[in-house]
Amino acid sequence: MRALTWHGKHDVRVDTVEDPGIVNPRDCIIKVTSTAICGSDLHLYDGYIPTMKAGDILGHEFMGEVVEVGAKSTLKKGQRVVVPFTIACGSCYHCGKHQYSACDNGLPADNQDIAQELYGHPMAGLFGYSHMTGGYAGGQAEYVRVPFSDVGPIVIPDGIEDDKVLFLSDILPTGWMAAENADIEPGDTVAVWGCGPVGLFAVQSAFLMGAERVIAIDHFPRRLELARKFGAETLNFEQTDIYDALMLMTGGIGPDAVIDSVGLESHGLYVDNVVDQIKASTFLGTDRPHANRQAIIACRKGGRVSMPAVYGGFVDKWPLGAFMEKGLTLKTGQTHVQHYLPGLLQAIIDGKIDTTFLISHRMDLEDAPTGYQKFHDEQNDYTKIVLKPGLNG
Amino acid sequence: MTDSRDDGPMVTAKKNSDELTAATVPHAQGSSAVARAVTINKPVTEVYAYFRDFSNLPSFMENVVSIDTPDRARSHWVVKAPGGTTVEWDARVTEDQPNALIAWTSEEGADVPNSGRVEFRDAGQRGTVVTATILYDPPGGTVGKLIAKMFQREPAIQARRDLRRFKQLMEAGEIATPAMNRKQFEEMGL
Repeated sequence: MRALTWHGKHDVRVDTVEDPGIVNPRDCIIKVTSTAICGSDLHLYDGYIPTMKAGDILGHEFMGEVVEVGAKSTLKKGQRVVVPFTIACGSCYHCGKHQYSACDNGLPADNQDIAQELYGHPMAGLFGYSHMTGGYAGGQAEYVRVPFSDVGPIVIPDGIEDDKVLFLSDILPTGWMAAENADIEPGDTVAVWGCGPVGLFAVQSAFLMGAERVIAIDHFPRRLELARKFGAETLNFEQTDIYDALMLMTGGIGPDAVIDSVGLESHGLYVDNVVDQIKASTFLGTDRPHANRQAIIACRKGGRVSMPAVYGGFVDKWPLGAFMEKGLTLKTGQTHVQHYLPGLLQAIIDGKIDTTFLISHRMDLEDAPTGYQKFHDEQNDYTKIVLKPGLNG
Repeated sequence: MTDSRDDGPMVTAKKNSDELTAATVPHAQGSSAVARAVTINKPVTEVYAYFRDFSNLPSFMENVVSIDTPDRARSHWVVKAPGGTTVEWDARVTEDQPNALIAWTSEEGADVPNSGRVEFRDAGQRGTVVTATILYDPPGGTVGKLIAKMFQREPAIQARRDLRRFKQLMEAGEIATPAMNRKQFEEMGL
């Protein structure tokens, strides 16, 4: 089959590779019909993520048609499914509590060592995202082997086009969970740092959960325009002092809940920042912890902090004092995708959530290397690329 | 000063842990100790029964080539060692309490003298806590242990990974693998 493979920094290629096949009884094989390039894929592209090997197949946002099933799969050939980016067994203690991204069994035993050392515990596996998240082949390919296919993929009814449901695989449930973690109460004001795909979905979700006002913060005018389209008020941090503006806009109270979705494009574990102290200081120079600090300082007393943004290592100068003194609550974590799929699919079918506005470009899988380069170099125009195998015939 | 110990497991003691651990294993064989615990979301009867049938162990113990069980007390182990070699030994069960404990020791003449105990404890809603304590004499002593570690055949690493695979097999009914197809799976092993 054809697949987008990683060969090194800024070197991805569409190669002919081995076809996948059923290995375990709960597996299925899907023929990919749509797969997106995620912002976090750019970290692989930039060579930041360790434990990559030449020839690894990338991609963790994908959907397609079931073409083969293992003896214990509950899927049927011909069904269309969206596949969660997290690989979870569905039968461990955590899956039983719907904490799917904390699944005990999604990572192969040998691949659990790094997370066990770094975090104390291994987490769920991920598709197409280095060997410390499992070494699973990803979805930017013609076919994919999907483990635990009886609990992961959600079947899509006929008549709903791919583009409407593809983002169920990752960024839509991630934005939704970000809003849910903010414990929004009717009448709340919610501030969202970062208007990438997840931040924009968090804006939509916050309104659906009863927020009265959502204030969206970014510096890309196009992204702020999208947030405004969904009813948010916007702040451009290059033009406006964010703390002062938020205080004036909320009568000095501060937002009831704050959502840090800056840098969320990374699902990656920034292990280089953990093990390399020199890089760690570079990491501290980025604006990601800055947004987080700003959110905590602006949040009202007794308010809630939701952090879908991914952090992999350590942060310095984090305002723990403000956090304690104001009595804030923090909720965070990788997305429990499987938990949210049925409800969010229904919300899409009912027209309550729009996802297609994000897609700026559709390309053939064969053109994926160009897609990566454009997505990397021209972020303003290329907001989201969806790859379709065989698009050009 | 009285010599008092806290409630931490013996093997986690900062001083003399190997000797202390040896005291917890009947018929102790071996000077290096490793202990690991894992909680498996299945009833203790099921977990114990699968483990007690030693012929099941190679299904999740990566380095175990085969285990012959002439009777319920005795077993013959063939285990992969660094450099493409194998080591062998006979073992006998020294204690067996259904749904609670299995202890074993290697017989005289073992390539790698070893002994240990696996405890099974009903953890209610959480399933079963499985705690394995293994004592062993690595071939070639400290150097052998280092070499084994280099080849990732160090018993401490293996015990941790094997218990994870045991948990996966019991809970998920299969062992997670990144292999894309059967051919890759055969190349990778467990």
